[in-house]
This record gives sequence, structure tokens and C-alpha cells, in this order.
Amino acid sequence: MTEEKILTAEEIVKYFIDEFNTKIKDVKIKKRSAGLKKNETTNIWIKIDKGAFKDIIKHLCALQFPHLSVISGNDLVNSIELIYHFTFNYGHRMSEIMLNLSVELPKPNPEIETICDYIPGALISEREKQEFLGIKIIDIPDNKRLFLPEDFPEGVYPWRRDETGPEKLYRNLHEVKK
Amino acid sequence: MSKATTTKTTYQIPIGPIHPALKEPVFFEFELDGEKIIDVNVKLGHVHRGIEWASRNRNPIQILYLAERICGICSYCHPIAFSLAVESVADIQVPERAEYLRVIHGELERICSHILWAGVAAHEIGFDTVLYLTWQIRERTLDLTEYLTGNRVTKGITMIGGVRRDITQDMLPKIHETLKYLKDNFEKLRHILLDDKTVKMRTKGCGILTKEDALKLCAVGPLTRSSGVKKDVRVDSSYFAYGDLDINYTTPDILTGEVNGDVYDRIIVRLLEIKQSIDLIEQCLDKMPAGPIVAEPKIPKLLAQLKKVNGEGVGRHEAPRGEVIHYVKLDGVNDAPYTWKVRAPTYNNILPWIPMLKGEQIADIPIVAASTDPCMSCTNRVAIVKDGNKFEMNKEELHRLSVEKTRGLML
Repeated sequence: MTEEKILTAEEIVKYFIDEFNTKIKDVKIKKRSAGLKKNETTNIWIKIDKGAFKDIIKHLCALQFPHLSVISGNDLVNSIELIYHFTFNYGHRMSEIMLNLSVELPKPNPEIETICDYIPGALISEREKQEFLGIKIIDIPDNKRLFLPEDFPEGVYPWRRDETGPEKLYRNLHEVKK
Repeated sequence: MSKATTTKTTYQIPIGPIHPALKEPVFFEFELDGEKIIDVNVKLGHVHRGIEWASRNRNPIQILYLAERICGICSYCHPIAFSLAVESVADIQVPERAEYLRVIHGELERICSHILWAGVAAHEIGFDTVLYLTWQIRERTLDLTEYLTGNRVTKGITMIGGVRRDITQDMLPKIHETLKYLKDNFEKLRHILLDDKTVKMRTKGCGILTKEDALKLCAVGPLTRSSGVKKDVRVDSSYFAYGDLDINYTTPDILTGEVNGDVYDRIIVRLLEIKQSIDLIEQCLDKMPAGPIVAEPKIPKLLAQLKKVNGEGVGRHEAPRGEVIHYVKLDGVNDAPYTWKVRAPTYNNILPWIPMLKGEQIADIPIVAASTDPCMSCTNRVAIVKDGNKFEMNKEELHRLSVEKTRGLML
């Protein structure tokens, strides 16, 4: 992990489009300025195909070891979207770039490979997504529950918006003796 | 676990869900060989209140006040990170004066939090006089917070597109007076925490986190900086007025010329950051332009505008404990956001506890745990199970062990 060169947003995007072209579905570069001097901060939003996910993470780590801020998720009715928020170029004044990598997992069996083998720090975030969104992380090193209590019923996922969501549970708390 | 083998010398102690160095519950299971920690297992979630889920019935302005109640110490970081996320989705430009005011409140919170931490850390190793000293200094900072925002803890200062209260000319003398008081007392605090022989003996070489582990485990904030990783949202990116200010990464080598990644280095980083925060507030007071403090003062108009927005965005801020990040998705139909994901800094700083605690002694648990400044919560009992006999160890007992270790060093 030596000092790495500063990448620009365009370089990162070009690298992925050259490498994976059809697997990259949508790319947006957003810049926002702040303060009196109007210095800019860059956010890249990329939607990728699930099939190429692990390979893209591998290339990402080879390009520059990223910091994984968190994985967030949306229940989009027919699928579950996971968004991996990475940052690059930290350690250099105002040149940090945030890369938001979005991947959709079709229902009813949303599954995705773990990235803990490349970024061990992803473990907590992956465990959280498993219990809150009801997705399956393949080959996760630690499968235990992290936030939900042990006696929370199986098959109820607090962030889901379909029949596996928590609405039924909280309306009928007397049934589960909570 | 079979009893037939006589080679098994390790035993387990569960610590938590209520624990001495924590302000909120967390559960640890330590595998021990005598006094030495071999392995650690962590379980979280004892205070999971479903805040993100509760947001599904609230509009963005109501969420500001919900976010403020995620944590008492970081009661500014969460609403401000949420605002940043919403502003980025709706493309709201914050007035320049508000950007400077936001820095001032952020840095004031950092001073409060770091001074509080210094006191708690001193208490953990048995220096209660230092605890009282730091809380005396912190009280003045809280007085200033109350003077500027109207509240001591839940400040209610954040608004989407700006802040709610201005700093007027007649408020400046009181701010300068408090900053002078803090500067005068900084040297005293530095001398006590960094030059004291016993503090050095308890903290040097203790709870080491290597730079490689910090990077791999995605650690954030003073924890990762004290391991030599240059990562600080304020320096790395341009948000609020930080892009205009003179600011640099705080790593322990600034003071000592070397990075060890131990508890002592974490004290150095937090102390230097107090000084840095005082400096940043002064810079802001100097450079602050005149003008409005909020982009859209009419709340119903703002809400109507936000209701039409469809998109997603992230907001990041360097909280006292490190990077806090909020993800917001607005669907353009409902008042409430479609998704709101909160990630507090301690979330990322849990995994680094494992390499830090491995190989340390039981008496070091409180100071090592406290050195990450965890923002979860606090403990009462520890049960020790050894050879089938069960002992219970309470907070006082664990604290006594830690104090005894310090006394032992002093003899």
C-alpha cells in the first residue's frame, strides 16, 4: 500500500468502460462546489451488471485500494439495489472522489458474492444488509446476526417494502409476544 | 471444548452488553489465556431503535430533528450530513455565510467531544482529577454552544440549505473570550496527558493498530489518522467552507516524528485536533462573508420543492469520531424519503477493535476500548466463567483492575 497517483473521475470512468463496456449500464459524474472559492467535490454514480460485480471489485482494488464507506440498499419492488460507496484519492487535499457502485439483485432470490476477500472491512456492512434486506451474501466469512436480536423472527426484513417487510410484525406484536 | 484434554488453558469472558468504557451497549466475548486476550467476538444492536425505518413517515425537515437524536455527542453531525445529502439530491446551493457558520458549529462540537473523551480516557486509567479538569474546560465550551445555538446538547441549528441562527457582531467578544480560555488551558491539558510518566507507561505500545489494518478494515477518523493514514473528509473534499480554510491532516508524527498507532498516538491526534478546531473557528470568524444564512427561509415552499425531486445523493461530514455518511433517495412522489441510510463512524471502527485487543491484558480493555472513542453505550456487569465456576465482575471491579495496574506502575 504505497503512495498512489491521483486519479481523476474521467480516468476512473474511462478505465471501467474500456474494461467492461457492456457491463456498465449507466454512468453519471456529479460535481458540487462549496465555499467562497467554489472548490469542487466529485461523485461518480455507476450502475453495473451483477454478472461482472466481483471482477469489477477486483479491478477496483488493483487500480487503487479504495476505502469502503458503507453499503446502502433500496427495495425497488422487483429487485433489490445495493450501492457500494467507495472513496479514492484520500490523503490528498481536495482530490477525493466518491464512487457509488450500484448493482441490482433480482427477487425472489437476491444473491451477491462477498467482497471481504478484497476488503475485509466490508464484513459489518455485508452482515447488516443480510439481516435488513434479506439478501444472501455468498461465502461471507461470518454469517451471524449483528444488529437484530437473536429472537427476532426469521424471514422478516426491516428495510423490505414487500410482504417480508416489518409492517405485519409491528401491527400484530401481541402474536409474537413482544 | 472437550474436558478430556488437559491442554485447554483458555477461557471466555463475556463483556457487555453494558460495558465500562462505552456510553451505549455492545457485547464482547473475549477468549483469554490467563490475563492475555487471544480472540474477540463483537455483537452490536442492543440499542437499535429502527430510526431509518421511523423516517418513512416523516418529511425531510422532521427527519432533521430525528437525526439529531441518533447520538447525544454528535447531535450536529447527523442532521448536517442528512442536509448535505438532501442538498446534493435537490441541487440546493447553500449561502456562503451559512457554509462558514456550519464549520464553526462543527468544530465547536469536535472540541466538546474530544475534551470529553480526554476526561473519560483519564478516568479509565485512574486519573479522576484529570476527568474533573477536562469537564471544567468542557463546561465553558458547552456554555458557548448554548450561547450560539440556544441549547447545550441537541442544538437544533441545522436547516436544509443553511443554518437557523446567525452569529452577530455583538456575539464575537464572548466567542473570543472562550477561545482564549481554551488556548490558555490547552497547554495544561497537553502537559498532563502527554508528559506524565504513568500515562505514557499505560498507553505507549498498547492497543496497536497498524496502518495496513487500518486501511484494510476501513477505519475512520482519529483512529485511522493515529495509525498514519491520511484520511479526513474536511481535508480530502470540499464541503462547507473547509475548501477555503487552511487545514491539514493531523497525524501523530507532527509532534513526535513517528507513528506507532497505539493509544498514546490517539491521545496526541485528538489533542492536536482540539488546537486545530480552535484555529479553524478563528479563521472562519475572520473570513466569514456577510449575507443570508439559509437558501430558502419558507419551510412549506422548501418542502414542496423537495417533494418534486427524484434522485439520490450522499452527504459526508468529518464528525469528531470520523467520517459520517448519509445516503438519501427521494422518489418525487412522497413527502418522506424513499430510503435513508445512516452510517456513523463507530460502525467502521468496530472491526479494528479485534487486532487492537488481541494480545493485550484484561486491565487494558477499558483504555483500549475507550481509545477509539466508541459512540455506542455503557456497561455494568461482566461475568467470568472459569472451569465451570461463574464469577461476576461489575463495572467497578473492572475499573479497579485498571486503576490497580496504573498504581502498580507508579511504585
